[in-house]
Amino acid sequence: MADKLNFELVSPESELASEACDMVVMPGEDGDLGILVEHSPMVVLLRPGVVAVHDGGAVVKRLFVAGGFAEVRADGCILLTEEGMDLAAVGREAAARRLDTAQRDFAEVTEEGPARTRAERQVHVAEALVEAVDAA
Amino acid sequence: MSLKELRNRINSVKQTKKITSAMKLVASSKLKRAQEQAERARPFAEKMAEMLANLARGVEGMPEAPRLLSGSDKDDTHLLLVATADRGLCGGFNSSIVRGARRRIAQLEGDGKRVRLICIGRKGRDLLRRDRADLIEEYVADVVSKRQIPFADAERIAQMVTDRFDAGEIDRATIIYNRFKSAISSELTFRQLVPVEVPPLPAAAAEVSNEPGPLYDFEPGEERILAELLPTNLAVQIYRALLENAASEQGARMAAMDNATRNAGEMIDKLTLSYNRQRQAAITKELIEIVSGAEAL
Repeated sequence: MADKLNFELVSPESELASEACDMVVMPGEDGDLGILVEHSPMVVLLRPGVVAVHDGGAVVKRLFVAGGFAEVRADGCILLTEEGMDLAAVGREAAARRLDTAQRDFAEVTEEGPARTRAERQVHVAEALVEAVDAA
Repeated sequence: MSLKELRNRINSVKQTKKITSAMKLVASSKLKRAQEQAERARPFAEKMAEMLANLARGVEGMPEAPRLLSGSDKDDTHLLLVATADRGLCGGFNSSIVRGARRRIAQLEGDGKRVRLICIGRKGRDLLRRDRADLIEEYVADVVSKRQIPFADAERIAQMVTDRFDAGEIDRATIIYNRFKSAISSELTFRQLVPVEVPPLPAAAAEVSNEPGPLYDFEPGEERILAELLPTNLAVQIYRALLENAASEQGARMAAMDNATRNAGEMIDKLTLSYNRQRQAAITKELIEIVSGAEAL
């Protein structure tokens, strides 16, 4: 039995992280999940939030994902996200600015429809990002 | 042509050659970047296809399967996304895509279907606008020439497709682009986006299917994941097509400019040869005139 979990985070534009670790905590749609090695295979829908990579008893990396999917296998897990970033590289101001823009966009779309749903989603993502940055 | 004309001509061809060889260099460095980007996008697309295959198996035959997967019940209106470049001077790149699109339009109209077009890239729009302007619904500008095509742009285009599909305006969607094979060759490709063509399970998974292979739990249920996965998958497919197209464009431009540079070189040689001949002829003529003039004295 392998004692490490292979964690990968990929976005369509690039591979954001790939490393071996002890545990990954990811933001599932229905609640956070901690994945250890030898987890039963599953596919998880993610909500915007923080992925924490644990190794050697400490959190070595905190990454923000704007939703996505995760595939968990016995030997590791792969996260697919449309957008992801290392929280260490995100400033509080940038996050606040993003929330501001998203809220303004949302306020502009007044009629119901797909455009409004999209704008609302962007607000949720930005809110999650601000929350994640504040918690760091 | 007089000597002076020839000299001007040679100079102008030399200038052209300089330009084409510079364009070739630019294209080859852009090609490298486009190729890298296409390669970086690959793991995501492959994983996504794998997940989709697993999920689709789960909901197969279910009456409540998502419409993006099962399609609308009709087959009347086809949406074609014609992805070309913004610029010319890249050999047959744009015209081959447009020709393919025209053929497909004629074929669909022959079968009595309605056709709508979304043009991605300026050249395709310019060419199709001449005779099929009535079919063009939307023109996506300022995407294909970006240094790095952002995924958000592909998502925007995917939204145009799903919005129309959800509104019942279209029944099928296909994207037309050039698939990148190598720097010198690409292949005209039609890829159906809606309804989604489910990729076959990868060979490795099929092999172990005798044993209980990885049977996935879904969290939350299959249907909810599919409802999220299908639109994302659509964007990924479009993103991939755009990246492949960008790489093909640069490859085609590189080849075209390489040819042009070589032709210019040959032309300069030819012109120089006739310039030298004429110059020599003029010298000889003058000499004869001097000699016969001297003899006449």
